[in-house]
Amino acid sequence: MATLIPVWFDGLLGLGLVWFAWQALSSDNLFRAIVLFVAFGLMLALVWVRLAAPDIALAEAAIGAGVTGALLLAAMARLNVVIYEQATDNNETSSPPRRRPASELVALLAAGLFVALAWTLYHLPLDTPGLRQAVSEQLANSGVSHPVTAVLLNFRGYDTLLELLVLLLALLGIWSLGQCPRQAEVATGEVLDALSRLLAPVLLLVAAYLLWLGASAPGGAFQAGAVLAAGGILLLLSGWRLPARLTRWPLRVLLAVGPLLFLCLALISLLLEGRLLQYPLAQAGGWILLIEATATLSIGAILVALFMGGNPEPGQPDE
Amino acid sequence: MALFYGFLLIFLLLNLLAGLWRIMRGPTGADRMLAAQLFGTTTVAMLVVMAQLQEQASLRNVALVIALLAAVTAVAFVRRAWPEKETSADAD
Amino acid sequence: MLTDYLAVLLLIVGGFFFLAGTVGLLRFPDVYTRLHALTKADNLGLGFIMAGLAIQSGSWLVAGKLLVIWLLVMLAGASVAHLIARRALQRDITPWQR
Repeated sequence: MATLIPVWFDGLLGLGLVWFAWQALSSDNLFRAIVLFVAFGLMLALVWVRLAAPDIALAEAAIGAGVTGALLLAAMARLNVVIYEQATDNNETSSPPRRRPASELVALLAAGLFVALAWTLYHLPLDTPGLRQAVSEQLANSGVSHPVTAVLLNFRGYDTLLELLVLLLALLGIWSLGQCPRQAEVATGEVLDALSRLLAPVLLLVAAYLLWLGASAPGGAFQAGAVLAAGGILLLLSGWRLPARLTRWPLRVLLAVGPLLFLCLALISLLLEGRLLQYPLAQAGGWILLIEATATLSIGAILVALFMGGNPEPGQPDE
Repeated sequence: MALFYGFLLIFLLLNLLAGLWRIMRGPTGADRMLAAQLFGTTTVAMLVVMAQLQEQASLRNVALVIALLAAVTAVAFVRRAWPEKETSADAD
Repeated sequence: MLTDYLAVLLLIVGGFFFLAGTVGLLRFPDVYTRLHALTKADNLGLGFIMAGLAIQSGSWLVAGKLLVIWLLVMLAGASVAHLIARRALQRDITPWQR
């Protein structure tokens, strides 16, 4: 009986995950879909924990459920979508679901893909060591003691560098849409003031903690950056605005420092060791910490800028 | 003890799944957001229990992050997605 | 052994309050009462569970961390409940009358 409990729990979790995803995708009410998406993110974090991947669980909790949830809510507000109260629920029951002509074909293809994946998974050997052996052999040379960080920042540093550049690219895409929308200054009230004053430093502290922890335990730049971004988003929501003189070069420096430093170190390593991103063995730990620290700052700044929804520099052409 | 933890986890998960009904029904946006907040707290509880059961201290960090980020998402809801007047959506 | 029984008792009480919070969320008639149910799960439900786990962990460091998480959840929960309720009043959502 006792050994069946994990099966029941995991089964419920998996079914719940699929159920939430389906409800979020098929919901007519946009706001309901967003809330379901946030709940889906929480379930997914639990799934990652059950799959013995606490690093991804941390990232999913911070980025997937948290920052993306806030982003979607702000985006929905910007679309001028009104949250209908009673009215929408009455309308939903009366209108028939829209069927696109190709939906049967898509459903068939999806089912076929599912069957193929299930068959492949079923035939995979259960106990492959994968790259665990190789990683643990080289771990002492990587500069950190946590294998996930070693892979992300050292062995596969190239991927992480490109991920940072992709984030910057996403920001450029949003900035190309025009100036960030002017938020009317509504009074915040004492509770929100107090909450933001208490939580923002805590978020900063937790971000620093996760960054420092990343060398030896689940943590690291992306998770810390997302928590930092949450602090920035909280400040924005509580009425803080970036001073205009900081929206030109200082902001751009903050956004770019992570990827730029990573690129510089990559080039330096090319000169020193002959290979791109081959850190010198003695300094590997220090280099990784430097890369992660600047990456945290940049990721936090990029996510907050994404939340702003446009170029904060005054005088930009509107969309 | 592990058996008890297992039962507690399944109990909490069923609680969480039951809250889905409130997200579907509403009727106001706040009701749906409330349910998401309860999901967050229940997930925090599940994670700290799992941290004890599986002896993984990092799960407590995940719980901490969820607790903090749920607050930020809720503030984003109140300040952006739920304006004072239903008709104007460009003022908080 | 005694600490085990105490911890199990605390965890069961915590679980009960989570159930109460969920039942309240599903059964109470309006936003304001549901907020009330939610904060009970936050405070008491999570508090008792943290207390039970703190006893089981046998480490002051872990107990301290659990305490910090609980305090943060309570702080965030109470503030968010206030914010949502205040905005609900501004949007003229009338409280349920018998």
